[in-house]
Amino acid sequence: MAVGATSFPQRNGGLSAARFLGVVGLCAVFCLIVLLVTPWLGSTDVTWRNVLAGASPDREIFFVARLPRVLFGALVGGALATAGVLFQAILRNSLADPFTLGVSAGSSLGAFIAIWLGLETVVAGIPTTSVAAFIGAFLTILLVFFIARTSGAIPTFTLILAGVTLNFIFFAVMMFIHYAANFNQSYLMTRWTMGALDSADMGTVLGAAPFVIGCLIGLMWIAAQLNPLSAGEDWATSRGVDVRRVKTFCYFIASILTGAVTAFSGPIGFVGLIVPHTVRLVIGPDHRLLIPASFFLGSAFLVLCDTAARTIFAPTEIPVGVITALLGGPFFIALLKRRRGDLW
Amino acid sequence: MNSLFHISNLQFAYSSSLVLRGLSTEIAAGEFVGLIGPNGAGKSTLLKIMAGLLRGYHGSVDFSGKSLSQWNSRDLAKRVAFVPQETHMVFPFTAGEIVMMGRLPHRAGLVFDSPRDIDLTGEAMALTDTASLASKIFNQLSGGERQRVVLASALAQNPDVLLLDEPTVYLDLKHQMQFYDILERLNAERRMTIISVTHDVNLAARYARRMIAVRSGVFVADGSPEEVLTPHHLYDIFEITATILQRPDGRGSYIIPTA
Repeated sequence: MAVGATSFPQRNGGLSAARFLGVVGLCAVFCLIVLLVTPWLGSTDVTWRNVLAGASPDREIFFVARLPRVLFGALVGGALATAGVLFQAILRNSLADPFTLGVSAGSSLGAFIAIWLGLETVVAGIPTTSVAAFIGAFLTILLVFFIARTSGAIPTFTLILAGVTLNFIFFAVMMFIHYAANFNQSYLMTRWTMGALDSADMGTVLGAAPFVIGCLIGLMWIAAQLNPLSAGEDWATSRGVDVRRVKTFCYFIASILTGAVTAFSGPIGFVGLIVPHTVRLVIGPDHRLLIPASFFLGSAFLVLCDTAARTIFAPTEIPVGVITALLGGPFFIALLKRRRGDLW
Repeated sequence: MNSLFHISNLQFAYSSSLVLRGLSTEIAAGEFVGLIGPNGAGKSTLLKIMAGLLRGYHGSVDFSGKSLSQWNSRDLAKRVAFVPQETHMVFPFTAGEIVMMGRLPHRAGLVFDSPRDIDLTGEAMALTDTASLASKIFNQLSGGERQRVVLASALAQNPDVLLLDEPTVYLDLKHQMQFYDILERLNAERRMTIISVTHDVNLAARYARRMIAVRSGVFVADGSPEEVLTPHHLYDIFEITATILQRPDGRGSYIIPTA
């Protein structure tokens, strides 16, 4: 008889309230510590005395420049990591990420068009580029869904093919626009595709937070059903899961989360891939833990990366996408080497 | 007769090829049925329709007095469990987590597992001799262990009916016997209805008390193993000539294909 490797820490099936609170609580506390510490770090030193003292430049730096950026980073990181978990589960593919099905390509295409047309205004506190990016993302989400849907079902393979094909088409159009654009526009477009968290003000954060947190709470209702769904559709159906409903729900939640945050941040890669994998390696694939843990650790990860992006070569900033890949990539490889025994 | 499944003129087609061509039968609660037939006869298709996994059939399939199309998947999963040929997990679930998935249709809470869930999965794992595998990664277990874990997951659903699609096809002789011994106990002790598709006619003859033979989408024989396993039927079903012996343990027939 083959002797399979024992999971560590041991997971023998049941999820008690104590284990849930222990794991998710630990991740939440870590995230909170990151959020409390990072706004104090940066190219200019600020002291809490000055921050609290009223109209000093410190207060301005802390509350207008850093805090919204840190909080926005937390929302983007959490949303992308959660979307990664969802796409990996419904596509049953551990290489899926929030951008596999074309959402970010659609979003970037929207942004490119706005930049190309010179629509660089702000409407109701939101940059036109972001509005265009969100419209691009939203249309892509619908397009992929209706291409893939056949007589009520949404076959996984068709979903992936539809997404990947649209990705190619959108990239072709983006290349054309990029080619046709002038130097200034071209720079803005390149900068967009690198991703950044500096565009957010407190209004954006306060607008996005209820939506992102609402999605997270909604997902906890169906988290248990994602376990059999990630094992196979027949497996899920024979355990009473309404596969079409859960799959459609997850597809739209994950896509809209991705579309909403990337409309402001641009496409930030790697978070949606690395964070769910790392969490899965440590606590296992039970989605009741995986979703909230990935959310909090995705938040912390992106905020830490962004803090590095704005401090390493201060006062010059590095695009945060460069940091997520450069920090996350090697870390992920090290994790892979260490846990090679576990298939996933 | 306490009819559990009532199937009448069932037809099913994948795209344009007709797989089931008008099947009618009744299966009573507490039966142990072996479903046999050559490759492509429609056995698995029939089983998947009964499990609620395939829809879009013609004719009628009633389960427990109600048309299958009126059962929602959750209510059906409380009564009918399905064991596939082979299971592979994309993600590193442990055996215990797989068994716990069987509690899903019964769950009242949203996130946590109740003490009853933990009791029943423990019982299912004890019955299938998988308790010691609970915290092992499922994909790293042997074929026999995996199949017993999948059976435990099905039993955790606490079903009245167990539908199995060639559950022992990848198992060695000893594990085949072990697996069917568990099914026999469930059938005898819990009156669980068992319907198992198998290619192994002798295995079916040893355990099933009723055999239904399918060929090209129609039933060609139905009855006790002794009634079904005759040279005449075996030629109809498999196009083979066979010698039929009595098993030395007195448990029915044993066939030896001769040509």
